[in-house]
Amino acid sequence: MGEYKMNKEVLILGIETSCDETAVAIVKNGKEILANVVSSQIESHKRFGGVVPEIASRHHVEQITYVLEQAMEQAAVSWDEISAIAVTEGPGLVGALLVGVNAAKGLAYAKHKPLIGVHHIAGHIYANRLQQEFQFPLLALIVSGGHTELVIMKAHGEYELIGETRDDAAGEAYDKVARMLDLPYPGGPGIDRLAELGEETIAFPRAWLEEGSYDFSFSGLKSSVINTIHNAKQRGETLKPADIAASFQASVVDVLTTKTVRAAKQYNVKQVIVAGGVAANKGLRSSLQQEFANLEIPIQIPPLYLCTDNAAMIAAAGAIAFAQGKWSTLDLNARASMPLK
Amino acid sequence: MNILAMDTSNQVLAVAIQRDNKVVGEIVTNLAKNHSVRLMPAIDRLMKEVNMKPEQLEKVIVAKGPGSYTGVRIGLATAKTMAWALNIPVIGVSSLEVLAYQGRFFNGVICPFFDARRGLVYTGCYRWDKNTMKLIRKEENLAMDILLSELSSLGQQVIFLSPDIAIHQEQIKGVLGDLAIIPEEPDHLLRGAHLIAVAKGKQPEPTHTLRPNYLRLAEAEAKWLEKNKGC
Ligand SMILES: [Zn+2]
Repeated sequence: MGEYKMNKEVLILGIETSCDETAVAIVKNGKEILANVVSSQIESHKRFGGVVPEIASRHHVEQITYVLEQAMEQAAVSWDEISAIAVTEGPGLVGALLVGVNAAKGLAYAKHKPLIGVHHIAGHIYANRLQQEFQFPLLALIVSGGHTELVIMKAHGEYELIGETRDDAAGEAYDKVARMLDLPYPGGPGIDRLAELGEETIAFPRAWLEEGSYDFSFSGLKSSVINTIHNAKQRGETLKPADIAASFQASVVDVLTTKTVRAAKQYNVKQVIVAGGVAANKGLRSSLQQEFANLEIPIQIPPLYLCTDNAAMIAAAGAIAFAQGKWSTLDLNARASMPLK
Repeated sequence: MNILAMDTSNQVLAVAIQRDNKVVGEIVTNLAKNHSVRLMPAIDRLMKEVNMKPEQLEKVIVAKGPGSYTGVRIGLATAKTMAWALNIPVIGVSSLEVLAYQGRFFNGVICPFFDARRGLVYTGCYRWDKNTMKLIRKEENLAMDILLSELSSLGQQVIFLSPDIAIHQEQIKGVLGDLAIIPEEPDHLLRGAHLIAVAKGKQPEPTHTLRPNYLRLAEAEAKWLEKNKGC
């Protein structure tokens, strides 16, 4: 480690292939994006109504060196300047993760660079540090197609998971309800737009779970939406899709906001950050912003390109792991499920 | 020329290194163990053993399938990235052709195959001709029944090479009888050095466009095409 002097600039090359984006980024000192390339496969998966793991993996192996090359060109840096290679180790689709992990190992080996395995959620959290320095303790709400989690951080690189979904992720529930409303995949943006045109006319359930729990559950809500549509059809009634969307979104936003506010108060946090693709949801953003403005706790929601999967966030989280000496070895594996620690 | 060759497309994990024009080292294991965990450490160990640094490499060779989809991608992700980072050419060779190489010097049809479940195999036929392997029947994913009836109509001796020979041996003998040559176990095990031999004379593809030789569509893709046929 001696050769990395304290005052030397640290450039991390990050790789992210956990789902359907092949992404490579180069980040300086954990905060400044020099390159951020994302090759999205969304068009390939649309016709299947969701991400097909085998097809995602096939795309990754075809895209990976293109994306690497674009990132190196965009950053206009030499290999000598790169301090380490960071890669999403998990959680995610194992076949997809494997492409990134093996590419990272090939790169680390060929260029004699340290290798750093990064937890995908740590990446989502650190996307926020590309905008603003953290203030600890902080509370992070991560909401995406694969995740719904509440994490407390008391210092860099230390994560305490206080709540997670017991069944569907919030984004997953959005996709399923969108399908019932004949909205395209991914469902979040469509429902968000439609909800703005409707009213909360249906009282869908809120899964609060047991007293004090920060866990989430969205499968009951999803079933309730299915049943409501089904029953209305049988009775020959028509429900306005905009009202269904507004009512469904109200339930999701209510639960997410209430639990986040309660956790922020209990842990006396100095900052709240929101991450993951669902953080782009207008309904959720405005509800959270309003509540935390009242509490005078700063809340940070990154712009869309940093909410969705990208490699800048992996490089940003990797910069901390690099500084803390949490390096990986060449036997690094992809891990479909992986605890956040 | 200094060459690194690797194959993780099936159960065998093979790495070989050539220095100048000599194979100086090889690692071959035939274990149901995770290629992703073991490939890079195997490369690192062998490179150290033969005292070669990555920047001394001049070419990378990789088996591009058919085989396990994941296994093929582990090899290709590693080989493509290394070749790109080192700015050297990469050559993808057919995993079947590497296996067929075990049957060189045999004067007849060489039939390598990998089991693809439900009576299917990944296969192709080769002939050893003037010190090179010639493809005489295209590689594809097809039923063993069909392959065998095709081969029996040739009325020639056929050597079968496969790590999965045990699964199909009885059926092969049943259809081809004495025309089927099935060698001893070690001959069904491919070697890393043979990737280098097979790649000889082959032109590298652009690194970016090198892709696996799956010989099969992703299941979701096949189903979708079936459903949307004729629209
Ligand atoms: Zn994500």
